[in-house]
Amino acid sequence: MGDETASHVATSSPAATPTRRAFRARRVGAFVRGSEEGLWRWSARVASLVPLAGLAFVLTVLIVKAWPAIKVNGPGFLTRTDWVPGSTYANPVVTNGVAHPVGSSYGAWPLIAGTLQTSVIALIVALPISIGTAFALTERLPSWLAKPLSFFVEILAGIPSVIIGLWGVLTLGPFLAAHVYPLVANHVPNVPVLRYFRGPTGYGEGLLTSGLVLGLMIVPIIASTTRDLFLQVPPLPKEGAEALGMTEAEVARRVTIPWVRSGIIGATVLGLGRALGETIAVAMISGSVLGTISPNIFGTMTTVAATIVSQLDSAATDGTGFAIATLAEAGLVLAVISVIVNVAARVIVTNSSRHVAPVGRG
Amino acid sequence: MAHVTGAYPPTRGRRVREVAFRTLSAVALLFVIGPSIWLITDVVVRAVPHWRWDVLTTVPLGTGGGLENAVLGTLVIMVGVLVIAGTVGVLSGIHFAELARPRRSGRAGGAALRTATEVLSGFPSIVLGYVGYVALCVGLHWGFSLLPALIVLSLMVTPYIAKSTESALRQVPTSYREGADALGMSTGYALRKVVIRSALPGIVTGLLIALAIAVGETAPLLYTAGITNTLPSASLIHQPIAYLTYYVWTDYNQPIKSTQYLSFDAALILVVLVLVLLVVSRLLVNRTQRHAEGWR
Repeated sequence: MGDETASHVATSSPAATPTRRAFRARRVGAFVRGSEEGLWRWSARVASLVPLAGLAFVLTVLIVKAWPAIKVNGPGFLTRTDWVPGSTYANPVVTNGVAHPVGSSYGAWPLIAGTLQTSVIALIVALPISIGTAFALTERLPSWLAKPLSFFVEILAGIPSVIIGLWGVLTLGPFLAAHVYPLVANHVPNVPVLRYFRGPTGYGEGLLTSGLVLGLMIVPIIASTTRDLFLQVPPLPKEGAEALGMTEAEVARRVTIPWVRSGIIGATVLGLGRALGETIAVAMISGSVLGTISPNIFGTMTTVAATIVSQLDSAATDGTGFAIATLAEAGLVLAVISVIVNVAARVIVTNSSRHVAPVGRG
Repeated sequence: MAHVTGAYPPTRGRRVREVAFRTLSAVALLFVIGPSIWLITDVVVRAVPHWRWDVLTTVPLGTGGGLENAVLGTLVIMVGVLVIAGTVGVLSGIHFAELARPRRSGRAGGAALRTATEVLSGFPSIVLGYVGYVALCVGLHWGFSLLPALIVLSLMVTPYIAKSTESALRQVPTSYREGADALGMSTGYALRKVVIRSALPGIVTGLLIALAIAVGETAPLLYTAGITNTLPSASLIHQPIAYLTYYVWTDYNQPIKSTQYLSFDAALILVVLVLVLLVVSRLLVNRTQRHAEGWR
């Protein structure tokens, strides 16, 4: 600490003359104050590099670890549907210079499809509910009710996902499977698209339950952001629209929502990112079935994230390290998907930022 | 707004749409509040009838025992995350809000760092956990232990703390900085004595919410912290450490009732812990508003 303070005293005020420097050295208090800025500046700069360094480290480890798996699995990794670790008792075979167990064959398509399916269901459920909630909280309810309810919605965002998973697998899933899913499955007409909603409904573990629970998990993210955005819409345009005779619904559709559209999209993509990466809740609720794509919306399945968490234990028993490498490749696929989603959100938000109401002063 | 549009519109279609819109927004709110209340009651109902206070003072033993190891382990992890992620996150928030020089175009500086921070905040936590496992636990031979768990969790919540610190600092009125300047304070001194001090409630709020996130994580801890039935030790590496979410995750579907109860107890303790953190952070938000300008 002492070294650092001393070395930055010169840089903190380059214009200091020798006399001024001597004057400053005599007054210790001023000395400390003058160098304090340098201390703040440097420690803050170093700290702000940590996320970048961490991200680079994570991506490097992933790529290095996944490299053997990429060489053996090839591009077919993205399209194959089987997940066979192979025999760990027989002598390993060597493909492209990489040793792996006999008969091992990995394909991530069911995992990728499962990740996308659950996330899309979550978005379809969460987006209208979030916008409706935000609208009810800002425009409809009196503030003595809206304030505690807004806080309640924010609390929901903080509930640990393992607890939401516990509720999903022990309470919500069985309830839906007993009372709701059969109703849907037995009454939906047997036509091409809707056929997906027919068939065996299982015991509540599977695609639809996972998607619904993920939806519940991302609602607070989208709803609380949308609520804040709605509050930032200035009242004058809305009052003007009402003076022209618009109903509340029309004001919402033509003034309020367009005013903050890019913010809503940004929040939605943030929620999508959360849904794509969610692990524990999905691992508990999806049924964690490898190697198949669910034939209907009720079937058991798994996602990339859930597979990593449920397979890492057994992958560590593969003496060649190939199973671990394959999980790294799966992780890399997931990371790429979520980075693309995040960057897309940034692009969308910056490109349409001229429509956004000024947020804060910064 | 509602008082202006007192009367319903004249045409039938618009009236129907208006009523439908109002109804649907109320239904949407119910679809959020309903399941949330159901969820929290469910946790309470599963745990409370079998609750024993000695859960907090005994360690797991066979199929029963308590969760003292996990409660203490979770607290140790919280403190560690607060120290590591708190320091790094608050400092980088200060960097973004106060110290990063704006670019010539007039836009805020530090774009690359900001992008990295945002990408990291959306990064799947299990992937971070996996990297912690292969690189730190296996690669550096640290084994399942506290330090890799702290590093992974801190990496996860640092972006959040940085962001909340930045927005807290940005709410400090410019006049405070100008006043400090006019009194002849140096930038660093003004930062410490005026700017950070008045943004402190906002910064602490962000820290508490980050802690709530860290407490509730399971995936990044499973393969970095490991698990143990003993109380947390003083060593950072080579000693696994217990945490509450592990018991929720593994014990809920065990065949023996007393083991399942441990899972429900852990869930209840977690919910209480998270709620306390969030409520305290909320109370602090009210204090933030004293200094903020343009805050509603």
